[in-house]
Amino acid sequence: MRTPPAVEDLLRALAPQVLGTLVRRHGAFDACEDAVQEALLAAAVQWQGEGVPENPRGWLLTVATRRLTDQWRSERARRDREAAVAAEEPAEPGPDEHRAADRDDTLTLLFLCCHPALSPSSQVALTLRAVGGLTTAQIARAFLVPEATMAQRVSRAKQKIKAAGARFGAPPPDEREERLRAVLHVLYLVFNEGYTASSGPDLRRADLTAEAIRLARELRRLLPGDGEAAGLLALMLLTDARRAARTADGGLLVPLTEQDRSLWDAEEIREGTELITDALTWSPPGPYQVQAAIAAVHAEAARPQDTDWPQILALYRLLAHLSPNPMVTLNEAVALAMVDGPTAGLDLLRTLDGDTRMKGHHRLAAVRAHLLEQAGDAPAAREAYRDAARGTTSLPERRYLESRAARLNEGDSDGKA
Amino acid sequence: MLMIYNRPGFLEELTEQERTALFGEVDAIMAELSESGELVGGAALADPSLTKTVVGRDGQPAVTDGPFLEAKEHFAGYVGVDCETEERAVEIASRWPDVKYGGYMEVRAVMQESGTEM
Repeated sequence: MRTPPAVEDLLRALAPQVLGTLVRRHGAFDACEDAVQEALLAAAVQWQGEGVPENPRGWLLTVATRRLTDQWRSERARRDREAAVAAEEPAEPGPDEHRAADRDDTLTLLFLCCHPALSPSSQVALTLRAVGGLTTAQIARAFLVPEATMAQRVSRAKQKIKAAGARFGAPPPDEREERLRAVLHVLYLVFNEGYTASSGPDLRRADLTAEAIRLARELRRLLPGDGEAAGLLALMLLTDARRAARTADGGLLVPLTEQDRSLWDAEEIREGTELITDALTWSPPGPYQVQAAIAAVHAEAARPQDTDWPQILALYRLLAHLSPNPMVTLNEAVALAMVDGPTAGLDLLRTLDGDTRMKGHHRLAAVRAHLLEQAGDAPAAREAYRDAARGTTSLPERRYLESRAARLNEGDSDGKA
Repeated sequence: MLMIYNRPGFLEELTEQERTALFGEVDAIMAELSESGELVGGAALADPSLTKTVVGRDGQPAVTDGPFLEAKEHFAGYVGVDCETEERAVEIASRWPDVKYGGYMEVRAVMQESGTEM
């Protein structure tokens, strides 16, 4: 059985609001989260048959509260508390009762789900369930693990939050900035998980990109004054715009320079470009904004040869300054090669040779292969492509790298990179 | 993917007590993996004497019965785990009791259907 999209969208939008209200009233994040999840499942079934009730938010809140009190009723030690809850709970909450607090609730939930006590994969799972309103089964399918495994991951995450003594409320001011970075990172991970999935059997994982964009939009709405929240949304839109062009038949990956740009989504490019252009006028640049700006520069080139590489190189240098990391250096080397020639790029790559973070990483070999190919050194390029192909655990990437190596075998090295 | 290799029949040579301890250890690791959400799946394989081997002979597949390798250790089963790091997967493999009895474990990454354009 499938829930109609309109009902599902409504449920997912209401999920964090209802959960926020419930946790604010009763505490006990873990029990409330279970209760809301059950209410969402009940709604998905019932609303499909009987239509959406007049006050869907109140309906969910009532059902979730009832589940919560049922759960407490069954625990003898909680008898007193249950009586108190039942007494204080109105049958049908007024429509505007907590509407003003919804804004903060969603944000508070995001902060809670991205608590530093949790591993990134647990933060992702909990965020998708508690804030995204996805079911455990949906999350498990998207991450290709059994439902029981994902259920354990979620329930362990909740236990850890409890054990860490985390409360439902805004994080202390001195932690806020760091926690917000964690929230942005989690949404970025969700997006990437969906975006890197190719076509075929994994197609439904692409739902994750839509969910990440939806949550990033929500975050941007909640924090209109945060440049990085705007930057992250812009980066997602500008990256997602290339989706239709990034794979060929059979799921083979198509590099940026060889993509059919007429397949890029003009509306997403327009929105992303506007967002990032605006953000950079009032916010100090952060890593997501700079990455979005790079994507926007690529997007504005009608043909690969029109790409403003000096501009991209300058942006990568800024990014390397803001958040130094070997993956940024890799990209900087590609841009440098486009501006000053492949030898300059290869020289920059050499600075990564001793970097333990890059040890055995197939990306370094893949970029080196590209630059060697551009420099006309076919035998060395072929070796590097093969090194990279052996190093990746991605099937489409391995096929791509092997086909590049094979092309050089045939002597077809006409510098197409 | 943790691939378990052991010598067929080694279990029968153990004392009852050792056997019980071994199964207990496996149960404990499996319980820990499901508790942590790292368990993806797994299976134990039947005795190698039940194997059928398909090999190409003059370009045609030919089927033979029975153990197909002279090796002392045979592929006995596998456990799929979803770990944060390779170190963690190696740690789980190191605790597998077969290792104590002359078997060995291979830790192999599973290929994914996803990738980024380069």
